[in-house]
Amino acid sequence: MRVFAGLSALVACLFVASLLIGPAGIGPGESLAALVAGDRGPLTLVMREIRLPRAILAVMIGGSLGLAGAAMQGYLRNPLAEPGLIGVSGSAALGAVLAIHTGAAVAFALALPMAALVGAGLGVLIVMALAGPRGTSLTLILAGVAVSALAAALTSLVLNLSPNPFAANEIIFWMMGSLADRSMTHVWLALPFMAVGWLLLSRLGRGLDALTLGEDAAQALGIRLTHLRLGLVGGVTCVVGAGTAVAGAIGFVGLVVPHILRPVVGAHPSQLLWASALGGAAMVLTADIAVRMILPERDLKLGVVTAIIGAPLFLHLILKLRQERI
Amino acid sequence: MPPAIRHSTSASMRTGKILAICAAAWGAMTHQAAATEVPKRVVSMNLCTDQLAMMLAGQGQLHSVSYIAADPRASAMVEEARALRLNHGLAEEIYLMQPDLVIAGAFSTRATVAMLRRLGIPVVVFEPAYSLADVRDRILHMGDVLGRSAEAEAMVADFDLRLAALQQDVQTRPRAVLYYANGYTSGDQTLAGEILTVAGFDNAAADRGYGAGMKMPLEVLAVTNPDAVITSQPYPGASRSEEVLAHPVVRNLRAVKGAASITDHDWICGTPFVLRAIERLAQDRETLSGGAE
Repeated sequence: MRVFAGLSALVACLFVASLLIGPAGIGPGESLAALVAGDRGPLTLVMREIRLPRAILAVMIGGSLGLAGAAMQGYLRNPLAEPGLIGVSGSAALGAVLAIHTGAAVAFALALPMAALVGAGLGVLIVMALAGPRGTSLTLILAGVAVSALAAALTSLVLNLSPNPFAANEIIFWMMGSLADRSMTHVWLALPFMAVGWLLLSRLGRGLDALTLGEDAAQALGIRLTHLRLGLVGGVTCVVGAGTAVAGAIGFVGLVVPHILRPVVGAHPSQLLWASALGGAAMVLTADIAVRMILPERDLKLGVVTAIIGAPLFLHLILKLRQERI
Repeated sequence: MPPAIRHSTSASMRTGKILAICAAAWGAMTHQAAATEVPKRVVSMNLCTDQLAMMLAGQGQLHSVSYIAADPRASAMVEEARALRLNHGLAEEIYLMQPDLVIAGAFSTRATVAMLRRLGIPVVVFEPAYSLADVRDRILHMGDVLGRSAEAEAMVADFDLRLAALQQDVQTRPRAVLYYANGYTSGDQTLAGEILTVAGFDNAAADRGYGAGMKMPLEVLAVTNPDAVITSQPYPGASRSEEVLAHPVVRNLRAVKGAASITDHDWICGTPFVLRAIERLAQDRETLSGGAE
């Protein structure tokens, strides 16, 4: 419970900081007054249409990625399972890019998250099918590398073929992710799908706990593995698809956060689920504050920051695995 | 010295002259005769030189222009360009056209320009126009390069006359921000910035210290709260870069203030078409001030 309170307080602080930091350089009191009072002046516009949606999306997407990472790692019993690394985010980005560049997203607003959902769903299914239910790290990573490479290549192809001269430069957005210039529209676009995903994933806790004892033991405890798998695939598809549709593919969050929090909550996957959701929200909020403070004029991508934090941890993970094997 | 080069009025003209001499020297080393004669088969590979060349070249002198010159979103001379062969700025295709002069922009691929020079084709490189004074220089330079100086001088005289007619004292200058895809803006010392100023606007981005091709965060735009937000024309096939132009903040600023000017093909290049852009923008300003009263 202390972990829960601590993490919640951290997310709350970062959320407020995210609302107060920005290039416009408005005082904290003034900003919050403009946010609450709302006189339709330029300050209210900045607070309600730029900073608030950005902070909300950071919490939603960070929480989703943390949750999805913890759930996948629990189900596959593999610390390398993560939506970005195994290509789920990449295939969601492909779906989103297709929806935008075929014009479907303009004709019908929900086409964007739905296409990303289809992409994410196909990505999860392919990786899970290729890696198998008890996939070793090797098969999981190989399948993930193949799926992400293919999704990245097809995304680049679609963007290169677009008649729009700006499209080709957007490859980096879809690969790295960014929350710059998002509006409340994007919050409403992603929220319903994410809510469904959160519900599906939050109900996996008991099953994942039982699964730590092995599949046979879990079945003996009354866990239906097919239900568990369906919930996982559906939940990951919803949260990663909706998040990627509005903010691009943000990597490493789902890998790093459960990895850090696992020793803190003890090795209970059910506890790790909600802890990772809060941790993911904190990480994406931090990264999004960092991109605004380090190089505000450059629109640094979120994935750059998360990868700079995430890659060394990934290397640490590999070293630890090697030592354990010896 | 090639007889075509006569003007040496300003520093940029001198640069142009040096470039032309370099090009001529290259030509002299390889094509013995080509350098001193008026070019007969000219290929232009940059949107802006395309348009200047189409305006000034003699009958049959211009062989090919870039494919962008035939794109109505970027080019003001689509009809004229479609009558010519279109190139894609690739060294191979341009070499096979066997031009006796290639005109490139400073931002054309360096590799292509270097390759063409290695193959012995004279290349003249034009700097982009950053001001209305630059537009005059570029017209005269193009006249020199094509051996059509008389036509170029006539065009400049006409340009000066029309520009003088557009200069007017504006009592209250509305504050405007140029806002393009990805949140880029144009401050002072840009052609777009000068179009804005001559049309009677105050460039609010320049007032906040934004220069050429800098990114203005959406928040700063909202706090600047300009009287007019002048955006670029959206391209077909949606893109995330242009999504910022439909952001509630931009929509709100444009809706409240009424005027919704759009930059188009007349704004891009330093050609006499910029005068048309100024005329249209000045009309928008009058609508804006009329609505405010």
